[in-house]
Amino acid sequence: MNKIILAFVGAGLIAGSLAANASPENDRKQIINTYKKKYPKIKLDQYVYGAMIYDDGALDQYKTIMDFPPFEGVIEEGKAMWEKPFANGKTYAECFPNGGKNAAGNYPQFDDKQGKVVTFEMALNACREANGEKAMEYSGKEIGKLTSYARTLSDGMKMNVKVQGPAAQEAFERGKNMFFQRRGQLNFSCATCHMDNAGHRIRSEFLSPAVGHATHWPVFRGGDNLVTLQQRYAQCFNQVRAVSLKPGSQEFNELEYFHSYLSNGLPMKASVFRK
Amino acid sequence: MRKQARLLFAAVMGASLSCAALAADEAKKEEIKAPAPLFFDKPKEESTGMTGKQIAYDRRLGNCLACHAMPSQADAEMPGTIAPPLISMQLRYPDKAKLRAQIWDAMVANPKTSMPPFGKHKVLTEEEIDKVTEFVYSL
Ligand code: HEC
Ligand code: HEC
Repeated sequence: MNKIILAFVGAGLIAGSLAANASPENDRKQIINTYKKKYPKIKLDQYVYGAMIYDDGALDQYKTIMDFPPFEGVIEEGKAMWEKPFANGKTYAECFPNGGKNAAGNYPQFDDKQGKVVTFEMALNACREANGEKAMEYSGKEIGKLTSYARTLSDGMKMNVKVQGPAAQEAFERGKNMFFQRRGQLNFSCATCHMDNAGHRIRSEFLSPAVGHATHWPVFRGGDNLVTLQQRYAQCFNQVRAVSLKPGSQEFNELEYFHSYLSNGLPMKASVFRK
Repeated sequence: MRKQARLLFAAVMGASLSCAALAADEAKKEEIKAPAPLFFDKPKEESTGMTGKQIAYDRRLGNCLACHAMPSQADAEMPGTIAPPLISMQLRYPDKAKLRAQIWDAMVANPKTSMPPFGKHKVLTEEEIDKVTEFVYSL
């Protein structure tokens, strides 16, 4: 079974459009330009609305729902989790500068000491462990709930993911390859849908640009179904009939690193409604 | 209605999807059962007896409408906008074998294509591709 899947992945091509030794900043600009060329009228800061930028009706519906979000209760529960002291009396807020305000937009970050990408969820778990608590299941309901509030502390912050040093650059490149690699029985890459065909409809669904994807997690699909960013990756993998990687895997963390970098400079807003 | 369709899809998601399937981690499936967009559904076990048109329309099989309009077909509703409309095919593909080859593996003609390789990746059987080719040739 694994062999078959590998064969499919192997058949994929990595889009050659980005120069081999381009800097992350060049990549970001080049990718933004591919969208700008096709949709010159859409302003960059609108991209946080995803597929809805191509579909006025959907944006109106979104704004109405966001006036009274049906998932507010979940965020309240997340707030209670955030504020509840650990057994040792410490709190999450003490693990971050400024009590966690404007922290989330600095993630994922590359930790040179550990030699790996650290996501915001990993930082929350590290905080728990440093205070004698067990880590939460990565991408599970509990951590989703906690982040649905914890990320609101960064509302309005501009995403600010940094890639510094050779090891960070390599992780970024691996994430980039993952984004451009075709996979699954249907042979799509992330870029097939979210770059080449952004703004088009696949059947009745508009496809969103990858820029702006990382600013607003978790989302509540259909109003009440909490989905974290990496769970969304898994859904997109499933959609192309590829075996998904596990949320929290190194591959997904590196994909999130590259993918989040593309949203640098865009304003954050958690947590939001999605269809 | 849309929501119902989604729930149905979510229910179906638990089952494995062909060879590149999801059997990987049933427990995680539970957790990731959020509604996924419906443009490609789970493949069906067998499609014998279906016409080329039915195979082309079926979300689990050809699902050509996810990307292509078929302007000559009144029932080709809500097509996607990714790909050129399938029309006047005999004019543009006098050689039927070329048409079949395009459906079998679109990457041969265009390595950057968005079109899935229906034959090469066994999304459709050879027989199904024959039938779909006949149908598309008639458009
Ligand atoms: C076959 C098409 C397809 C492929 C391939 C695909 N996606 Fe998606 N993706 C969608 C659709 C459809 C949606 C829902 C509409 C939208 O937001 O674009 C979506 C939504 C998303 C969202 C949510 C956006 C939001 O703001 O709610 C993210 C993030 C995402 N995809 C990332 C990825 C990544 C990363 C990959 C590759 C691992 C990928 N997608 C591959 C079709 C695809
Ligand atoms: C996910 C998108 C997608 C799906 C699904 C898809 N196609 Fe395509 N198809 C394309 C694109 C894009 C092109 C344009 C040429 C290219 O990019 O290679 C194309 C081109 C074609 C062509 C050549 C058209 C021409 O004008 O020369 C034919 C024939 C065709 N597709 C048939 C089919 C059939 C039959 C199916 C279903 C069994 C199908 N396609 C499903 C994306 C798709």
